[in-house]
Amino acid sequence: MPDTLLFAIEVTLNGLMAGVLYALVALGFVLIFKASGVFNYAQGVMALFAALTLVGIMEGQVPFGHLLNVIFGTELTTFGWTLPSVVGILLTMGVMVVLAILIEKLILKHLVNQPDIILFMATIGLAYFMEGFGDLMWGSDIKKLDVGLPQGISDVIDTTTFGWFGYGFFIDKLDITATVVAALLVTVLVLFSQYTKQGRAMRAVADDHQAALSVGISLRFIWVLVWSIAGFVALVAGIMWGAKSGVQFSLSLIALKALPVLMLGGFTSIPGAIVGGLIIGVGEKLFEFFIGPMVGGATENWFAYVLALLFLVFRPQGLFGERIIERV
Amino acid sequence: MKKLKLATLALVGALAAGPALADLVFPSLSYRTGPYAPNGIPFADGYADYFTLINERDGGIGGIKIAMPECETGYNTEKGVECYESTKDVGTGALLYQPLSTGITYQLIPKASADGIPVHSMGYGRTSASNGKVFEWIFNYPTNYWNGASIAIKYILDQEGGDISDKKIALIYHNSAYGKEPIRTLEELSKKHGFEFLQIPVDPPGQEQKSQWLQIRQQKPDYVLMWGWGVQNQVAIQEAANIRFPMDHFIGIWWSGSENDTLPVGDGADGYKALNMNLPGKDLPIYDDLKTYVYDKGLAAGAGDQGGTVLYNRGMYAAILAVEAAKKAQEIHGVAQITAAMMRDGMEALEITDADMEALGVPGFGPEFSVSCANHGGGGQAIVQQWDAASKTWNVLTDFIAPDTEVIQPLIDADSAAYAAEAGIEERCN
Repeated sequence: MPDTLLFAIEVTLNGLMAGVLYALVALGFVLIFKASGVFNYAQGVMALFAALTLVGIMEGQVPFGHLLNVIFGTELTTFGWTLPSVVGILLTMGVMVVLAILIEKLILKHLVNQPDIILFMATIGLAYFMEGFGDLMWGSDIKKLDVGLPQGISDVIDTTTFGWFGYGFFIDKLDITATVVAALLVTVLVLFSQYTKQGRAMRAVADDHQAALSVGISLRFIWVLVWSIAGFVALVAGIMWGAKSGVQFSLSLIALKALPVLMLGGFTSIPGAIVGGLIIGVGEKLFEFFIGPMVGGATENWFAYVLALLFLVFRPQGLFGERIIERV
Repeated sequence: MKKLKLATLALVGALAAGPALADLVFPSLSYRTGPYAPNGIPFADGYADYFTLINERDGGIGGIKIAMPECETGYNTEKGVECYESTKDVGTGALLYQPLSTGITYQLIPKASADGIPVHSMGYGRTSASNGKVFEWIFNYPTNYWNGASIAIKYILDQEGGDISDKKIALIYHNSAYGKEPIRTLEELSKKHGFEFLQIPVDPPGQEQKSQWLQIRQQKPDYVLMWGWGVQNQVAIQEAANIRFPMDHFIGIWWSGSENDTLPVGDGADGYKALNMNLPGKDLPIYDDLKTYVYDKGLAAGAGDQGGTVLYNRGMYAAILAVEAAKKAQEIHGVAQITAAMMRDGMEALEITDADMEALGVPGFGPEFSVSCANHGGGGQAIVQQWDAASKTWNVLTDFIAPDTEVIQPLIDADSAAYAAEAGIEERCN
């Protein structure tokens, strides 16, 4: 098989894996948008906050330690424990649920029946607040996230493909893990929304707030539930991306990678987020591989948006988005 | 009335906290927030702590205290320019700017030149600013990016027994003015030494670099050089480890060689190399003074936990060079209260020897160099250091290596001449 074709296959496979990582971030946006019509600008920062909290809890870091030391002249840094990943993840999930309750109580409750743009602006404020709050709580140094995920080249795939083609493909074990986790996550989310009482209530709210209220569904509870689930998705995304780069404030910028995925897949579809992520991942990687060298490289950031815009020309609601019907 | 009194008190308090009219003002354009904060904080802390040491131990420079108004840029060029504008007239006027950003430096070159305030872009910014004949107010000693590229190639030549004509060397770079700086030099060095040169840009911030490292895996370069900043560094080192690229053949510029870049990668970063213009670590006599006069008095900047890191030491090095230039300016002009123009004279007369560094409590900390009216770049030397993941320290591998001036100087002359023609600048120092 010619080298170029082998390289293209390798790039495509890696594009699919990268797409899964983009989709993980996009999922959080979709969940909240579906249930409340809010585009949650803070989703990227939530991923950062979740990852920071996870590392902080696992390493026994004293939250607001620096602030306490400055005010009270203490020398607090750690509690002296190191917790297993599972405990850390469960406790972090608890923190994300508390965060969801606070967001509902302090922000969303006061903005019921306000136009969508007001809610969107509120999430912008939330993003800035959480970024600063996370900094104050856990510090701004780069933290190593070690929850025991495998990382590096998969020897099995490398050896097998070498035996077949005389060229071993590179697939990162972390990307394989992310794919499995994303598949599990989507399955659980679909099962939850289809077969549980809360899931059905969530879908009812997504369909029509007023109708859902009229049959006794608590809008406030559903919002807490949705923001908690989005917090969990943010934690998963934070773990995957944090394992690649360490946990640091640029983690919040992964939201930029999710936007073209949402534009392409639609803001209201969970399968759309996955398919959109895969198309963006493969598209940008293949473009960078074949066209990048001709135009000076570094095409991925802008090409993802160009691809999404091309899709928008033909399907403004995205591939899987709900069709926009306006009656006048 | 009560409100008026409170407002007056607040105003008096604010004025009292600001620089006095007889301070030597060295504004710090820092970034303690945002994605680049992990690198901005240690540099800003080192810069501030050394000034605090001089104030506490020596009573200032020549008996005049240093004031360091700090302004947050967030590594954002527009904010950096705003910071410059808001601090340049503080107290008796700013004496020197150290922007720690190539983007901000490029914007400040015409502004600071018009205002007559020196800018010290130490190992960053516009490389050809080392030509003092054209860039009267801009300094980039002790070294610059083109020197860095040349030193990396000299080191590789040394490793390969003097012949790299059959080698392939890739540059993975931050797709910005900063990252593109070494390309021209590497192209010239490629012609001179015969190696194949590959360019691989990464769009900032650089969290996703799979395409770039697949390209490296497919093209199989013998060495990879990196001009990165922020998250790009950590991801690149992680991806290099993932594809099992030999880490001792992966060399970063001095902005890609701090603990922040290697610690998050863990064992995978072992053996990674980087250039440096100052020694890493705390094994220096100056740290005893810092402990006595700064840390133990509770005067340390930030959380006070950055001492000995590569970037803290670099911030401290920048402050040391600023203080030494100010002393030189006082000596030349015979006054303690110097102006920005006098500061420039001090910088142009700066000479740093091993004996000077020993006397300052930082033996061997940086290269020996001298600055002149025509040469604002110093000697251009740098060391190569290697990361030891087990001990989590940088080990120094070489002495200070001199750059290939035969290649660099014509490039500096050509670039600065083009700038002079464009900006209508007449050469000085003739």
